[in-house]
Amino acid sequence: MKIRVLAFLGAAFLLLLGPAGGASAADKVKAVASFSILGDMVRAVGGDRVEVVTLVGPDGDAHVFSPTPADAKTLAAAQIFFVNGLGFEGWMERLEKSSGFKGKAVVASTGVKPLTMKEEEGHHHGEEVEHDHDEHATVGHDEDKVTDPHAWQDLANARIYVANIRDGLIAADPAGKAIYEANADKYLEAIGQEEKAVKAAIATLPPERRKIITSHDAFGYFAAAYGLEIIAPEGVSTESEASAQDVAKIIRQIKEENIPAVFLENVTDHRLLDQIARETGAKIGGTLYSDALSRPDGPAPSYLDMFRHNVGALTSALSS
Amino acid sequence: MIDTIISPFIEFSFMRRALTGCLALSLGAPPIGVFLMVRRMSLMGDAMGHAILPGAAIGYLLAGLSLFAMSLGGFAAGLAVALAAGLVARSTVLREDASLAAFYLVSLALGVLIISIKGSNIDLLHVLFGSVLALDDAAILLLATISTVSLAVLAVIYRPLVLECFDPQFLRSASALSSPTHLTFLVLVVLNLVAGFQALGTLMAVGIMLLPAIAARFWAENISGMIVVAVLLAFTASLSGLLLSYHANLPTGPAIVLLCGALYLLSMVLGTRGGIVWGLLPRKHLEA
Repeated sequence: MKIRVLAFLGAAFLLLLGPAGGASAADKVKAVASFSILGDMVRAVGGDRVEVVTLVGPDGDAHVFSPTPADAKTLAAAQIFFVNGLGFEGWMERLEKSSGFKGKAVVASTGVKPLTMKEEEGHHHGEEVEHDHDEHATVGHDEDKVTDPHAWQDLANARIYVANIRDGLIAADPAGKAIYEANADKYLEAIGQEEKAVKAAIATLPPERRKIITSHDAFGYFAAAYGLEIIAPEGVSTESEASAQDVAKIIRQIKEENIPAVFLENVTDHRLLDQIARETGAKIGGTLYSDALSRPDGPAPSYLDMFRHNVGALTSALSS
Repeated sequence: MIDTIISPFIEFSFMRRALTGCLALSLGAPPIGVFLMVRRMSLMGDAMGHAILPGAAIGYLLAGLSLFAMSLGGFAAGLAVALAAGLVARSTVLREDASLAAFYLVSLALGVLIISIKGSNIDLLHVLFGSVLALDDAAILLLATISTVSLAVLAVIYRPLVLECFDPQFLRSASALSSPTHLTFLVLVVLNLVAGFQALGTLMAVGIMLLPAIAARFWAENISGMIVVAVLLAFTASLSGLLLSYHANLPTGPAIVLLCGALYLLSMVLGTRGGIVWGLLPRKHLEA
């Protein structure tokens, strides 16, 4: 009796175990992207041949993301894992190890020339909330400066991303090479068009009005590429609580430098920025999307839509 | 020196708003804290502070960081926990403290869960820590209204409340006001915690309610005296907390509560009624 029960349990266990683990490409290539912007790009290049699951969804913050067991399960079933790199996903290595992922990880930012940024207090890129120092060491750390991971905010870098994604997909699924190359070319053209539009839009703004304050230091690449001065207030970060001195500094700075607009971001608390805008008379310029897309019914459901929305918000706030 | 104290408030509107909000809180919460302390319900006040979290979380889930939704939700949750705990204590073998502990712990975990589902860790932190530097007109109005209502109601129920603190059996035998008074008092507790929650966050809201009251114990002998001292201590701590946050670059909420704590320690040492220093001094021998 006991042996029969054990045998039954053993068989049931094996049955449940069978379908799990690395799945071979039945119909579609199973890809996982670390966050929504990358997911959108993979979808654009992969088309119908690729089934993409995004870990950090719309309006989510990848900096403080904590993977759940469901995420580990999703990753274990995938063949290819697209990540941003540059220290953006501090939780990535641990997730890969714990999920038993056997596929290939593609770092989309390979070949991008990185910028540095000043590390905000309490805002640690590449660190989970538990502060894993091993992972922190992999981020370029030069005094206060850290590698800025938001390389996708420059459309020129987006081209590099698309190339890496395309090559990664071709390596995982050589049969779809022609399709991936065609999709990638089409997407690259769309990126080129958007790049022209962005540069034209910024050019319509008078030079002294090309500066904004936004609460998250995510637009370094955008500022460098398109000639906008982005001032990220120190101390008012996404993780720590602001002190009165920090808020006072920002307000003084806005008043002194006549910064015309304050921008919210879709991953932070708006109440403090509201107060700052009220006090300085700066315009609250709407929401800028930096690290995540919006939901499908929102203003930035895809990467290029995100750019269009951001540039629209910037120009409308700064031109008046 | 005057410049150090006054100039931040002249220059910045957000400092003035924060001070106004804290003044409102300092008028409303410490008197409630005094009664909590006298009735040996101090830790219960802390438990209630955490119990309002799921209500605020549901309000947040439905309406984002909306003042109205979160306050209403927090109020409903706090009241529900208080009433449920009382009910369980009356109808099962559990006593008040155990039943309240059980409910508030469940409440707190539920609150964290709800916020984690809808928002990210950032939102949770903002809910936990409040935003005393970001009080808009609606928030200040809410704080001021709650504080006014609280003081008015306290004035009305003052006598039965005091009697209930010292001789509940007598009150029960002499008048029918015992239960309503207790209930009204609980409502006031939750109301003030909801107010404090907006400014200082879940973790700190109880601080401004209890610490000044506890410190006041060392300065006064009767309840009305304690209330006055508590209010003054709370306001002093708020003012200096804001200044400390401004000059020494410290987060505001914790600074205010830590200063309340410092005043408490000072009171324990120097207080005129039971302070350690006075206890050590030689006393006059009673002479005929």
